[in-house]
Amino acid sequence: MKKLLLLGDEAIAQGAIDSGISGIYAYPGTPSTEIMEYVQHSKAGREGQVHCKWSANEKTAMETALGMSYAGKRALVCMKHVGLNVAADPFMCSAITGANGGLIIASADDPSMHSSQNEQDSRFYGKFAMVPILEPSDQQEAYDMMHYGYDLSEKYHVPVLLRITTRLAHSRSAVIVKEPKAQNSINTPQDSIQYVLLPSNARKRYKTLLGIQSALEKESENSGFNKYIEGKDKSLGIIVSGIAYNYLLENYDGGEIPFPFIKISHYPLPKNMFERLCDECNEIMVIEEGYPLIEESLSGLLGRGVKVRGRFDGSIPRDGELNPNIVAQALGLENKAINPISDYVVSRPPSLCNGCPHADTFMAINEAMSVYSKGRVLSDIGCYTLGALPPYQSINSCVDMGASITMAKGAADAGLLPSISVIGDSTFTHSGITGLLDAVNDKSPITVFILDNYTTAMTGGQFSPANGRIEDICKGVGVEEEHIRIIEPLKKNHSENVRIMKEEIAYQGVSVIIPRRECVVTLTQKSKEKKKAK
Amino acid sequence: MKKDIIIAGVGGQGIVSIAAVIGYASVEAGLFLKQSEVHGMSQRGGEVYSHFRLSDKEIASDLIPQGKADLIISIEPMEALRYLPMLNSEGWVITNTTPFINIPNYPDIEKVLAEIKKYPNNITIDADKIAKNLKSPKSANIVLLGAASQFLALDYEKLENAIKLLFGRKGEDVVNANLNALKAGREFASKIN
Repeated sequence: MKKLLLLGDEAIAQGAIDSGISGIYAYPGTPSTEIMEYVQHSKAGREGQVHCKWSANEKTAMETALGMSYAGKRALVCMKHVGLNVAADPFMCSAITGANGGLIIASADDPSMHSSQNEQDSRFYGKFAMVPILEPSDQQEAYDMMHYGYDLSEKYHVPVLLRITTRLAHSRSAVIVKEPKAQNSINTPQDSIQYVLLPSNARKRYKTLLGIQSALEKESENSGFNKYIEGKDKSLGIIVSGIAYNYLLENYDGGEIPFPFIKISHYPLPKNMFERLCDECNEIMVIEEGYPLIEESLSGLLGRGVKVRGRFDGSIPRDGELNPNIVAQALGLENKAINPISDYVVSRPPSLCNGCPHADTFMAINEAMSVYSKGRVLSDIGCYTLGALPPYQSINSCVDMGASITMAKGAADAGLLPSISVIGDSTFTHSGITGLLDAVNDKSPITVFILDNYTTAMTGGQFSPANGRIEDICKGVGVEEEHIRIIEPLKKNHSENVRIMKEEIAYQGVSVIIPRRECVVTLTQKSKEKKKAK
Repeated sequence: MKKDIIIAGVGGQGIVSIAAVIGYASVEAGLFLKQSEVHGMSQRGGEVYSHFRLSDKEIASDLIPQGKADLIISIEPMEALRYLPMLNSEGWVITNTTPFINIPNYPDIEKVLAEIKKYPNNITIDADKIAKNLKSPKSANIVLLGAASQFLALDYEKLENAIKLLFGRKGEDVVNANLNALKAGREFASKIN
């Protein structure tokens, strides 16, 4: 029996390797990043048995994984919750094509928005696509579910969604691992038009998906990941999903729980278990991490019948991550802090590192834009989003990957001149290029700052897909060569950089400024590695 | 046996290393553990913490309930105060006294330290100074771990082994610097306690 100490993310990665995946595809995003990184550092990854290169974005990752599944091999695709929005088109349609080799989509949600712009619940995507969802409660289950999930995917030729949240992704515990399975060999679909979603065929495929729904429900009744646990006190029945199960157990200190309860970790929801609980109990409490998906399914629009408590009636806060205290409060259990919080505690928001190139860029942008009224800097997602905070307060938006360029174009179209865009190198290649093409085609008078620090910095310094080729991409898209300016963001270059910025902001067409200097974090890491090599 | 520990500080101060040392030592001792840590945006100089739970029985929650922690180990004094509501009535606070000031409204450090000392079970230690004296300024986190070591219910030797395991690939000098830091922290704490 081999035991490993693994983060939830790492347990997923190890489970995938041991299930015989041939490839993993992902774009970095907290809290999902460590899944890919673990595979890259593993023996199977290093020796090239498992394909494990970062993709340009979640859509390309999802499609590539679908291609590997088409060829008969097992594939994993990973992303943070908002990444599933980017991959939504291929994800939704993959439910219609179905899978050939096993296909699992791991989406890591971030309730309480520790590192995200919303707290959307990926389970709704699974329900929307009508595919099975697995929601592990701990690291061991995350590992075991990869084995089960690939078998399930191949048994019903359906993609499977694995949903975790930040707390499990970034919590470590011991995991017992199994003997690794061999990889599948190449085996294209028996039906040569299975993946051709022409309307005539898509209608057939959709009926196939609808046709397996009752079998998928039976699977979730019997997989063992959903459990009905007896309880003597029938005044309340409890439904817990995913990690909420642990918080329930914690509140009874590992002892017996007086109420009957259902642990949910596998969807579609097991109707039989729900029926039994509703027959036995007067009132149901639903405790789920994320949006009230189970609660809504149970209470329906009118809420007639059994009384359901949870996030809708305020028993549990409507937003934010669960914890043992919230669960205690919902169940009316003792839950007290002994020491109050001191008045001397103030919040400490994250900030740009000392020596960060973005800091110099923002100081220069602030000066170059100081002649105009405020509110003209549309920005994006990355370390530079911290430019919204003091002392810079340089940017006015951060919405989704790539939106800085298109929003600046829209603001310019509206007549807000000048409008400028601030985006990072990796975010630009993720979803910025098409927006730049729109701006070029429309000759929009915007200046796009592509902050090139040679890396995907916020998530820990991963590979940047167009390293050293940003200006070539801009040229290729059609930005005039004389309006692509590369500057080095350093204090000593400040006035020269401000002059260049002013020039390009004044230009009545698309201009691109690339402030280029390596991220101080990756630079320090590299110099340490060099020292070690000596 | 059950220990619930909050490890606190600012992103980049070495919280994950402290947790990893306790983690390796707990595994060697054959204990169950759950260790939740903070990755992502907060690592850029924000407030970060780790919930570390070890026990001879299975552990349910990855998070420690409020009022149940046995120990706060903090590499930064104001960060120690932030987690006081997590502590149980007999819990200990072991904190560095050197502030990490990266915000304009950092409170008066003397008042912060006075506030910590109001709490009876505290050990305040200038871990930065001790680490500097050992010519190993980056080991302040391990000095604090040393100061907390008597409360961990883990053999000291197992912590030493864990340091050898964790820092082994960085070379012998780094291993020895951290072993010395652990020892210095432990000696400091045993003198005042």
